[in-house]
Amino acid sequence: MNSTQVLDTKGLSCPMPIVKTKKAMDTLNSGDILEILATDKGAVNDLAAWSKSSGHELLDHKEEDGVFKFWIKKG
Amino acid sequence: MIKPMTAKEAASRVLDGELFILDVRNESDYKDWKIEGKGIQSINRPYFDLIDGVEDVLELLPKGKEVLVACAKEGSSQMVAEMLDEAGVEDVYYLEGGMKSWSEYLNPVKVGDLKDGGSIYQFNRIGKGCLSYLVESGGEAAIIDSARMTDAYVDFAKENNLTIKHLIDTHLHADHISGGRKLAEAANGTYWLPEKDAGEVTFEYEKLEDGKEIVVGSTKIAIQPLYSPGHTIGSTSLIVDDQYLLSGDILFVDSIGRPDLAGKAEDWVGDLRNTLYNKYSELSKDLIVLPAHFGKISEIDEKGIVQAKLGVLFEQNEGLKIESEETFRKAVTENLPPQPNAYQEIRQTNMGQINPNEDEQREMEIGPNRCAITE
Repeated sequence: MNSTQVLDTKGLSCPMPIVKTKKAMDTLNSGDILEILATDKGAVNDLAAWSKSSGHELLDHKEEDGVFKFWIKKG
Repeated sequence: MIKPMTAKEAASRVLDGELFILDVRNESDYKDWKIEGKGIQSINRPYFDLIDGVEDVLELLPKGKEVLVACAKEGSSQMVAEMLDEAGVEDVYYLEGGMKSWSEYLNPVKVGDLKDGGSIYQFNRIGKGCLSYLVESGGEAAIIDSARMTDAYVDFAKENNLTIKHLIDTHLHADHISGGRKLAEAANGTYWLPEKDAGEVTFEYEKLEDGKEIVVGSTKIAIQPLYSPGHTIGSTSLIVDDQYLLSGDILFVDSIGRPDLAGKAEDWVGDLRNTLYNKYSELSKDLIVLPAHFGKISEIDEKGIVQAKLGVLFEQNEGLKIESEETFRKAVTENLPPQPNAYQEIRQTNMGQINPNEDEQREMEIGPNRCAITE
């Protein structure tokens, strides 16, 4: 997937992955795709719920070797 | 200044006090499981909706009262608590260790004395609704349906100069990881488990079965096993000192056990019915039932104990008053609550087939016990 920007939050625990995601998203334009890397398991449900409540679209997510990857399209 | 609140303090508010909770986990986690109690009021606002500011929730908070911010692990509740503090809210606390610590806190309460000396304690895991028991006499202790957090029992035994001799599980648990085997290894005690539930276990154990009397201390407090299948095929109740009926997950104060967690609902309905309506009905009505779970905080009495006389339950527990077998079958197999979180992995762990690390075990046990047919 073509990401506009990649945000690495590996090693950070809640709430930092989402705080940083939100900041990064604020700098992007509508339609841009942010790729997020995280190791905090809680980020999976929280990023999905946050995307929904803030009008963005969680396009996909997967886990590779203990790292969660998310692609969110700015709404 | 924001202050931490321990799970122990939160538990004392749940049992006998009041508290306002701002739960900042996501909506689905909050709906699934939260801190509840008579004097507890709570609202849910996910932390990620408060990053830009807490103004929207300020008006929802009670004036002049303590506010506890709770989240899964702690980090987000600290962030939100600090924001509330900066916004001028007084008496803001965050839940130390988050809902994980809440799920793990054990509250020991003495249930009563035994006839020839000794006593029985109920260890209440309030956050998950799990109840375990410690029977002590003559410097010895037996622990029944122990939780994963074994330190609570070890510390209690040390404080009271008790040697842990017997670790008993009334059945193979599906909602929590048993601490029985670990405690037995550490204390060189005996681990008891019903053989029919132990089919695939990878370790040594003593068979918990009718006719085997377990003795605690020199005054011979007898623990008598009573085969009572239905929740699992091996489920075995314990009669302690001819006074107490430790009913495991067969009979609760407000409900009865569900027969489906080991995948055999239809097969075990008959066993469950027979245990409750034939075997239990023949026991003394004066026995005090001490179950392995509660579902609602209202099942905890004013002394902080979950208990009821068997005779009273036969009059009041809806699960014991279903006349038709067909209605009973439907009640225990249809419209059951969701299963406990990770229940299959928990059963495998309790059989020794998989060995998750501590963090993984903690994660597996999140949420309520859900071992009854009703919530």
